[in-house]
Amino acid sequence: MLASELRLLFRRRRTWALFAALAAVPVLIGVAVRVSTGPPRGRGPAFLDQVAGNGLFLAVVGLLVSVPLFLPLTVAVVAGDSIAGEASQGTLRYLLTAPVPRAGLLLVKYAVIVVFCAAAVLVLAAAGVLVGLVLFGVQPAVLLSGDTVGLGESYARIALITAYVGVSLLGLGAIGLFLSTLSDVPVGVMAAIAVLAVAAQIAGSLPQLEWLHPWLFTEHWTGFVDLLRQPVLWDSFVDNALLQAGYVAVSGALAYGRFATKDVLS
Amino acid sequence: MTSPPPDADPVILTHRLNKRFGKRQAVHEVDLSVPRGAVFGFLGPNGSGKTTTIRMLLGLAAPTSGSISVLGQPMPQAAVRVLPHVGALVEGPAFYPYLSGRANLVRFDAADRTSNPRTRGRRVDAALERVGLSRAARLAVHAYSLGMKQRLGIANALAAERELLVLDEPTNGLDPQGTREVRHLVASLAGAGLTVFVSSHLLSEVEQVCTHAAVMSNGSLVAQGTLDELRGPAAGRVVVHTRDTEAAGRVLSRLGLSPVPDGVRTASAGAADGTGTVRAATGPRTPPPEEIVAALVASGVGVRGFGVEGTSLEERFVQLTGEGFDIA
Repeated sequence: MLASELRLLFRRRRTWALFAALAAVPVLIGVAVRVSTGPPRGRGPAFLDQVAGNGLFLAVVGLLVSVPLFLPLTVAVVAGDSIAGEASQGTLRYLLTAPVPRAGLLLVKYAVIVVFCAAAVLVLAAAGVLVGLVLFGVQPAVLLSGDTVGLGESYARIALITAYVGVSLLGLGAIGLFLSTLSDVPVGVMAAIAVLAVAAQIAGSLPQLEWLHPWLFTEHWTGFVDLLRQPVLWDSFVDNALLQAGYVAVSGALAYGRFATKDVLS
Repeated sequence: MTSPPPDADPVILTHRLNKRFGKRQAVHEVDLSVPRGAVFGFLGPNGSGKTTTIRMLLGLAAPTSGSISVLGQPMPQAAVRVLPHVGALVEGPAFYPYLSGRANLVRFDAADRTSNPRTRGRRVDAALERVGLSRAARLAVHAYSLGMKQRLGIANALAAERELLVLDEPTNGLDPQGTREVRHLVASLAGAGLTVFVSSHLLSEVEQVCTHAAVMSNGSLVAQGTLDELRGPAAGRVVVHTRDTEAAGRVLSRLGLSPVPDGVRTASAGAADGTGTVRAATGPRTPPPEEIVAALVASGVGVRGFGVEGTSLEERFVQLTGEGFDIA
């Protein structure tokens, strides 16, 4: 069943369109930096001024720029479609009478979302590294702490950042799965997930809501810069992972509670 | 020692099944019993609760109250154990439009963990062959016509070894040729020992292939049994053509022809030659037709024509469900 789901995901043109859109982000940034003289230090997205000097940073900037909106949007499309899409197509009733146990279907659908999150950040990071390599070449990177690390170490840091961003999306994916069990209209669910991601970030930027901040799934989304220190500061990685795990557990329970007894009338 | 009655082991058995959507009672106190090996026609006008009942039988919806057993196991609790043996077509076919017909069937078959992956390809191809879709098997489903999708849906129900087929309106969207093929298919499946549960709002379909039927109206089961039982004891009526309709009516009621509401009525009273028609439903104690004619003649009724009509299932259906097209 999982194999069949994954084949379905990677056979759809939509999936590849999403990947292409993500890959376009570092390409655009790279070309823009290349043709201009480069922004003055300290303006534009963090690390942007470093890209011209070291292509590796293009991957970091690409991820940083995509985290607030592009990545959540793509996750919203896949997660929102997971159950609601099957319901609106009518295939949900045929899966359930095949039969797939309902809990099993949720698990498989979530596994697909996880695979998609991983693939999406990998595409983004790989495109960043490749474009950076071609346009700017790579040097040993200078970290935030001022230390210089070798090329191998630099790639490892980028892999870590990629993993961090991937983990960041898991909570949103689980929320999306839950929302998807509520409706038969996938587009509505996709919009709701995207809105939720943006709203959480806005709430996270309001100092008046500080009490709420530790509970927002977006709280640590840009915290991966800690992975560019020497020694690596693991705190935000761990905090983020725990927070996301909490969201996965709660949303998963809600999704199961809703879906296990839901009348499938579509 | 008494031998068990023929339906001691019903394939589908429901007891006081109810389903309520908010204020609307979609299914009301339904007691269905489908004997093994039957071709069971599930009849009713649109909106009478057929599909809702089928959804409950398949564990897609939970009953508000009442119990369901399918293949001897409680539903929806035993859905995962029962459903591999049940092939279903529910409320029209549904597929992934961007996959080929064959890939769709493979996907649904793979979704069932008990199905054998080694025989999957062979079983799917055989099912496609059976519904005449072999040549379109590799075509994406969005290129299929409604009739082809319907066939693919039936193929999906046939892709594995089944004990029970539940087909909800299987001939929707099929041309007359396709309808006939489906009818033959159902007959041949029943011949192979399967139990087939077919819902339909088209009686002619049911009348031709079914051994048993049940009739739903406004969410309630209003009749169920073998086709003969359903046609009922009031299995016909007599038709008298005469100028003297009033006298004929008196004679018929004297003979005990059951006075069902508007069973005796005059029609076309103003026909050109003054001939009217009297109809009367016959009952179990109706005298044989020749005696009725003799009595009419003896009473001086000028009989111009006399006939006996059997009740078709259709008339029975209309009697049971009302003629209106109001959707509850």
